[in-house]
Amino acid sequence: MFMERGQGVRLMNTIKDKVAIVGIAESPYYKRGAAPISEIQMTLQAIIAAAEDAGIDVRDIDGFASYSNDRNDPARLSTALGTRDLSFSNMFWGGGGGGGSGAVANASAALVAGYSKYVVVYRGLAQGQFGRFGQGSRAPAVTGGAALTQPYGLMSPAQSFAMRVRRFMHDHHISQEPQKAIALASYHHAQTNPRAVMYGRPLTPEDYDNSRWIVEPFHLFDCCMENDGAAAVVLTTAERARDLRHRPAYVMAASQGSDYRQAAGAHNAPDYGTSNFKTVAARLYGMAEIEPKDVQVCQSYENFTGGVMMSLVEHGFCDPDETEEFMTLDNFRYDGGKLPLNTSGGNLAECYMHGLELITEAVRQVRGTSTAQVPGATISMVCSGPMVQPVSDLILRG
Amino acid sequence: MPTDTAYLPTGLPQPAASTDGLDTEFWEAARRHELVVQRCTACNAFQWGPEWLCNACHSFDLGWHQVSGRGRIFSWERVWHPVHPALKDACPYMVVLVELPDAGNVRMVGNLLGDAMEDVVIGGEVEAVFEDHQADNFTLVQWRRI
Repeated sequence: MFMERGQGVRLMNTIKDKVAIVGIAESPYYKRGAAPISEIQMTLQAIIAAAEDAGIDVRDIDGFASYSNDRNDPARLSTALGTRDLSFSNMFWGGGGGGGSGAVANASAALVAGYSKYVVVYRGLAQGQFGRFGQGSRAPAVTGGAALTQPYGLMSPAQSFAMRVRRFMHDHHISQEPQKAIALASYHHAQTNPRAVMYGRPLTPEDYDNSRWIVEPFHLFDCCMENDGAAAVVLTTAERARDLRHRPAYVMAASQGSDYRQAAGAHNAPDYGTSNFKTVAARLYGMAEIEPKDVQVCQSYENFTGGVMMSLVEHGFCDPDETEEFMTLDNFRYDGGKLPLNTSGGNLAECYMHGLELITEAVRQVRGTSTAQVPGATISMVCSGPMVQPVSDLILRG
Repeated sequence: MPTDTAYLPTGLPQPAASTDGLDTEFWEAARRHELVVQRCTACNAFQWGPEWLCNACHSFDLGWHQVSGRGRIFSWERVWHPVHPALKDACPYMVVLVELPDAGNVRMVGNLLGDAMEDVVIGGEVEAVFEDHQADNFTLVQWRRI
């Protein structure tokens, strides 16, 4: 698929406007290790609250979709909840947060197919209870692809992705400033969000510049947090959505996938300095039948700010060679920015809820209930999981 | 060229050949101080890391090809935060991605030997160095500036 950035491919018989997100909720968000209850309790809490938000009986949720091998499987959840008739039990394959929007896409497909009436997309993740994502393996020996990287001290997500970002920066003569602007935007928006772990902890440009390197080109503040929490969103058909409590957030488009050989071992993806959204974004815009200029607010998954930088380019918000001038805090602010970005604080400053917090925030924007509300926002985008394989995307319409 | 001095401390995960035999020849060749990459016997395409199927022509008949060990830096990262106890006193250290022009520009990950604070130039020429871990019976392929 060879498309201009931001141009859609023509698609037929899609899910466009046929389903909506009707309920959203999250557990309290905690620093890693600070959750007073177990991961599955938080997950159940979030699902029950999302059903309440929708105004439905949680026992009527008959479909479950998640991603990243969530430990809290639907058999266990549905048993605990008293689900009357489990009809859809779905896992989006692939690591990291690349499956957040993909799980919503799968839920949407299940509703349009008639498998289920109400599908919950959920993620429970307590890194304080089950181990940190940011640490290297303690295995004495490794084989396969890991044997070609880990003995060289290339073993964490930050280390895996820094290499791609460095190449993109080299190819397009980009300084540290765009990544800094992305970090500042997340912290700026977290200051209006009482749910955010970094609420009351503002970040200044000087703080960013003075922060330690984790791995060049990522400073500490370019990296996502490690947290404990759970979040859930409930989807149903557009027809059912009309009778529920909130204004529906219609799924205009959802897409998922990976570009040519992106998972090639030992960093051999042919197109290397990429967030892996080129083909996925083209299908997203094609399904939505809109252009990048129509997007009023964007939640772009920050595993690391460099991934957001490439993701925004690959979604057509600017040319790669305009990255430096386009990606500024002023352009990312909810109050007057050209592209309000990560308006809840996201993975950097709200909570690393593995990107599901980006989807609840995208819904809040089209409901008009965000703590950093973009005035009149009706078209709200989520980009899930840059630089992993596969990635996924979502556009909601109010 | 060989070196007995390890760039990073011991205690990191050690490389082992896959039990299915996919990459055994690579690790055995490294112990002989030879650098080999996978090459398709049917269409001569190079590929790396090892896979069971030639991604160019779908032949399962893949062989090994010895390369010169000359490469170019394709990307780099300087690591400051230790994510493993063995790395506690090893930071900063330098990891490079090296492309091999005489093997279809396949890329290999390794450490760039020398001062980790020295500037790194993308496109800079490097050559393979074989780092023997004799007590543990494996050899890593490292890189040094030419």
